[in-house]
Amino acid sequence: MAESASVPAIAPLRRGEDRPLPSIRRRQLREAAIRGVITLIALTGIAAVVLIFVFVAREALPLLTDPEVRGEASFGKMFLPQVLRPNRPPGFMWQPVSGVPKYSMIPLFVGTLKVTAVSMLVSVPVGIAAALYASEFAPRRLREVLKPVIELLAGIPSVVLGFFALMVMATWLQSAFGFTFRLNAVVAGLGLALTVIPVIFTVSEDALQAVPRAYREASLALGATRWETAFRVVLPAAAPGVLAGVVLGFGRSIGETMIVLMASGNAAITSWSLGDSVRTLPATIAAEMGEVVFGGAHYSVLFFIGVELFLFTFVLNALAAGFVKRLVRRMSGGKA
Amino acid sequence: MKRMLLALAAVVAVVPALASAAVTVKGSDTMVILAQRWAEDYMNKNPGKKVQVTGGGSGTGIAALINGTTDIANASRSMKSDEKGKVRERYSVLPTEIPVAQDGVALYVNEANPVSQLTIDQLHQIYVGDVTNWKQVGGPDQRIVLYSRENSSGTYVFFKEHVLKGDDYAPAAQTLPGTAAVVNAVAKEKGGIGYGGAAYAKGVKEVKVVGADGQAYAPSAENVKSGKYPLARPLFMYTRAKPAGEVKAFIDYCLSPEGQQLVTKVGYFPIK
Repeated sequence: MAESASVPAIAPLRRGEDRPLPSIRRRQLREAAIRGVITLIALTGIAAVVLIFVFVAREALPLLTDPEVRGEASFGKMFLPQVLRPNRPPGFMWQPVSGVPKYSMIPLFVGTLKVTAVSMLVSVPVGIAAALYASEFAPRRLREVLKPVIELLAGIPSVVLGFFALMVMATWLQSAFGFTFRLNAVVAGLGLALTVIPVIFTVSEDALQAVPRAYREASLALGATRWETAFRVVLPAAAPGVLAGVVLGFGRSIGETMIVLMASGNAAITSWSLGDSVRTLPATIAAEMGEVVFGGAHYSVLFFIGVELFLFTFVLNALAAGFVKRLVRRMSGGKA
Repeated sequence: MKRMLLALAAVVAVVPALASAAVTVKGSDTMVILAQRWAEDYMNKNPGKKVQVTGGGSGTGIAALINGTTDIANASRSMKSDEKGKVRERYSVLPTEIPVAQDGVALYVNEANPVSQLTIDQLHQIYVGDVTNWKQVGGPDQRIVLYSRENSSGTYVFFKEHVLKGDDYAPAAQTLPGTAAVVNAVAKEKGGIGYGGAAYAKGVKEVKVVGADGQAYAPSAENVKSGKYPLARPLFMYTRAKPAGEVKAFIDYCLSPEGQQLVTKVGYFPIK
């Protein structure tokens, strides 16, 4: 479109030239080349993701193919309760370095879900509320300070936030709530929320800013207050963008390693209490990858955890993309 | 421009030369401070020689030895027979074990905790999760919060073998990276208990452990050396084959009187 519009203006026919329009052809060639390069880069990105997945999955494959590895870590042992000690009820346990190695995924799932739930419970309302305030209510000057400051929070290395959670937040929270465990799902989840809030804030704020002025003006003209306009008109109109921010934040939260490793206590306890220590999937990979001998059952199980994390993010992104699509369609005229 | 290229070429040429001359030491976090001191002192005394030290845990060091990515593996436990077998499988030679220092695994509790001595049996029950309150072992009515090391740690394995007698740690045991983190956690948690090298105890109380003769011993130099302290252990260096060349020179230094003096300075106990 832009091409055809600009061609006549840039390349007028010059007198005394035999060959027609060399500059047009050169321009077209150049654009084709650029298009090719961009396509190539995009394809490289896709190929890289596919290759990483193939690599991770291949290292986990012995769980299906190698009888020796399967004997030590079958899927039944990973997902069903096992008898751990004689005369005790069966349970779930993550004890890879043991006379009889135990690789139950359940405590790791529970731990990951607890930490992620805490971090999302805090960061979604805070992130969206902050974005709504910055975009709809804050004076312009304040907004110009607020946005870069919150975005700066995203730039703090997670190890620093983890250290803060470990040394400071854990002590505060324990004296405030009387947790038995100083390091627990709440401490780790709040630490994580510090990294997730800026993600949700930034994306949501951009989405809210992109809502046409006409919506706000129409709403105000109909007699709605600023609050009603913000909550019932602007926020729903920006919902797809806000949701994208939440999904991005969720991905960050489920995969974050450093903060969780430092602040969660890393005990593989299967319980619903948020005051217990937890061990999460990514932190387990980080803590144990260094010590395993290549090709053993423990090694394969760690890669299998990688596959699970990959699948989680894939499924979640696909669900969110589908949901956003439906939302957009409904909002642009109600034709399903 | 040309000069820059020349400089770049020089760097490119020198870097691998330096790297190949360095002796790499990897493994036990318990030994990492000691190994670093040794390396510094050794390099000061022998200019031009290089020793690179990294921690990561005994398991990490031994895995690196098996995978061929380190010259020396530090370990605060002896190598398991299947690990030795893997070395033989790949390099057709058994690894060499060199005891270089001694350590007592100390048990830390919070300074406010009145419990001053425990038996190995009590420790066993505490760490497998059968005993969950301090009042069951003569302390105040307070829940016991267990701290452990992550399973790449040699101390973890040593403790599992000598205290847990091979049983698994209770799922509620929190694993922390490094003894310093365990000490810090116990210092801040009233009901906490943790274990680690005797060189680390700052801001926590070391509990006496009842030995074979029925008396309680603190992890002091003489008790560890005499073997009266029940959780004394040797610290090892492992090499793939018999040490030779640069590697041998460094290990000989560690075992020399100067090297052993540093052991005492760091807070462990000399082997000789």
